[in-house]
Amino acid sequence: MATQKKRDTYLQAIIKQGYSRRDFMKFTTYMAAYMGLQNSAIGQITEALETTPRLPVIWEHYQECTCCSESFIRSDHPIVADIILDKISLDYTETLMAAAGEQAEAAKHDTMKKYHGEYILCVEGSIPTKDDGNYCCIAGKTAIQHFKEAAEGAKAIIAWGSCASNGCVQSAAPNPTGATPIHKFVHNKPLIRVPGCPPIGEVMAGVIVHVVAFGKLPELDRMNRPKAFYAKRVHDSCYRRAYYDAGLFAENFDDENAKKGYCLYKVGCKGPMTYNSCGTIKWNNGVSYPIQSGHGCIGCSEDDFWDNGPLYERLTALPGFGIESTADSVGKAVAGALAVGIGVHAIAGTIAKRKDVKRRVTKGQENEEHLKDE
Amino acid sequence: MAHTKNYKRVYVWQLPVRIFHWANALSIVVLSITGFLISNPPAFMSNAEAFDTFWMGQVRAIHFIAAYVFFGAMILRIYWAFAGNKFAHWKAFWPFSKKGIKNIIHVLKHDIFLLPEKNPNINDISIGHNYMATTAYILMFLFGLIMVFTGFGLYSDNATWWLPKLFAWVPSFVGGDFNARMLHHVSMWFIIFIIIIHVYLVLYHDWLEGRGEASSMFSGFKFVRKERVDENDE
Ligand code: HEM
Ligand code: SF4
Ligand code: SF4
Repeated sequence: MATQKKRDTYLQAIIKQGYSRRDFMKFTTYMAAYMGLQNSAIGQITEALETTPRLPVIWEHYQECTCCSESFIRSDHPIVADIILDKISLDYTETLMAAAGEQAEAAKHDTMKKYHGEYILCVEGSIPTKDDGNYCCIAGKTAIQHFKEAAEGAKAIIAWGSCASNGCVQSAAPNPTGATPIHKFVHNKPLIRVPGCPPIGEVMAGVIVHVVAFGKLPELDRMNRPKAFYAKRVHDSCYRRAYYDAGLFAENFDDENAKKGYCLYKVGCKGPMTYNSCGTIKWNNGVSYPIQSGHGCIGCSEDDFWDNGPLYERLTALPGFGIESTADSVGKAVAGALAVGIGVHAIAGTIAKRKDVKRRVTKGQENEEHLKDE
Repeated sequence: MAHTKNYKRVYVWQLPVRIFHWANALSIVVLSITGFLISNPPAFMSNAEAFDTFWMGQVRAIHFIAAYVFFGAMILRIYWAFAGNKFAHWKAFWPFSKKGIKNIIHVLKHDIFLLPEKNPNINDISIGHNYMATTAYILMFLFGLIMVFTGFGLYSDNATWWLPKLFAWVPSFVGGDFNARMLHHVSMWFIIFIIIIHVYLVLYHDWLEGRGEASSMFSGFKFVRKERVDENDE
């Protein structure tokens, strides 16, 4: 294919960037490690990146805060940002491309035409659907239109972050703009959800390197998340887990127990319900992660995490009962009402059925008399 | 001299039913207590190191052991719904028949709303369950199923055995662990509500009818009027 000949392979692009082959090898080793692949996969990734021409990537931004892009360009290895995102034919991304305005739109349409069926579509942000999708318009078109247009010729679609994966904060009740995650719009394309607010940079890198190096999606779980990064709860890889199992909890962010590094479950840590790699890959080049910095997990990579109860308390929220009600407060109230009802019933029953019971009791007593006679 | 009714001793609850009943009751009590502790553990310790204690781990372990008892009892009961006597049979639970609806109306009117019985009908006396109660037990069974599915679903991620793994799809099916735990927690309350009502009504009937309602779950026997037994109808 003529167009492909013109495209450099990943290795060529990396070398052109001024990296050595040694840097490249380190990079592929990193990537294999993040993806949780075995040693032999390093060779496969290396070979793939040496020989495959760079895949064109279109990166769309809708309703979002760009924290996913921010996270991505800070991922551990500079090659990730330099090559995978910035230099690897990232043909269109609002945040990082040099072009602007009509020029940029033209470049995007060019790529979409030229590489129809070949490009990877990355989406950051949710799509508003209320009021004809008016809440997010770019270049005179709504996000819905943009997305449908771009998804049409995409080989695969990556939903970056919680916005694109589950709607994130803008879809929190009452969801004024009708913010909708993108999997609701695609049904016949391979789709990866990479939730998190933002997702960990290395996770994003791992996902995209897998897609470009192997030409197929990584292994996904039932919710379309890459298993390599979302198979375990934060809780199950948390270094404070020993305190949880020991029943040693901080009750306050400034109490003695918090200073000792006890488990943050009682101050609202959502680690036990949240699937992510924070406990293992961590953040900012493996320096730390929220729990290590003394703050509970807020469950940022789980669906509807904004609507799942208070962030700083361990409560079971009840949907539809208002923010002050928890399952336990409603439960106690109902149990109390039942107790009162039973009390009333017992009294009323004693009165209403007194004749029946009296009759039976009398008869029983008469029987007892007969026993004496015999 | 008043004539006393002739009562017959009838074997109603076979041994597997009684074993189920008490295994179920015991495991629910244990599961609820440990469940509340898991959901909102007291933080009564400080100045301890993690190697000093393991109580939260033990609470969870007890929860999971009781969970297997609960599940095992449930399976035993399902089996017995096919193999057991007519009082244990699943058909005895199905309330949506003419007879069932009639019985529910009777129980509601005279047992719950305490209306006097003008012309007592011998067929209104239930030997086994009354149909109002079986409706509650069907509900109870459904909540028990929710507990098993969400519970083993949450458990499956760290399990190595295939049985809990069978439920691995549940959390994603209900939209994640958050929802699974919410369902698990809320269903516990429904089970507690049903139990409160159940225990009260057992004691109430025991008091009202005086035919061994409460002790029947220990002995297996209830006392039924001879005429009713002779009807030879469940
Ligand atoms: C009547 C039956 C049961 C009751 C009343 C009960 C109660 C509870 C409660 C209240 C919680 C805390 C939920 C929360 O607030 O987040 C819980 C957690 C849990 N339950 Fe149950 N449960 C029952 C049956 C089961 C069964 C059959 C299983 C199966 C293995 C199970 C497994 C679990 C698991 C895995 C957790 C989460 C524990 C953790 O992550 O530390 N439960 N249960
Ligand atoms: S801090 Fe959070 S994730 Fe860590 S052990 Fe405690 S509850 Fe689990
Ligand atoms: S610890 Fe929890 S809230 Fe924090 S980034 Fe990880 S998944 Fe998101």
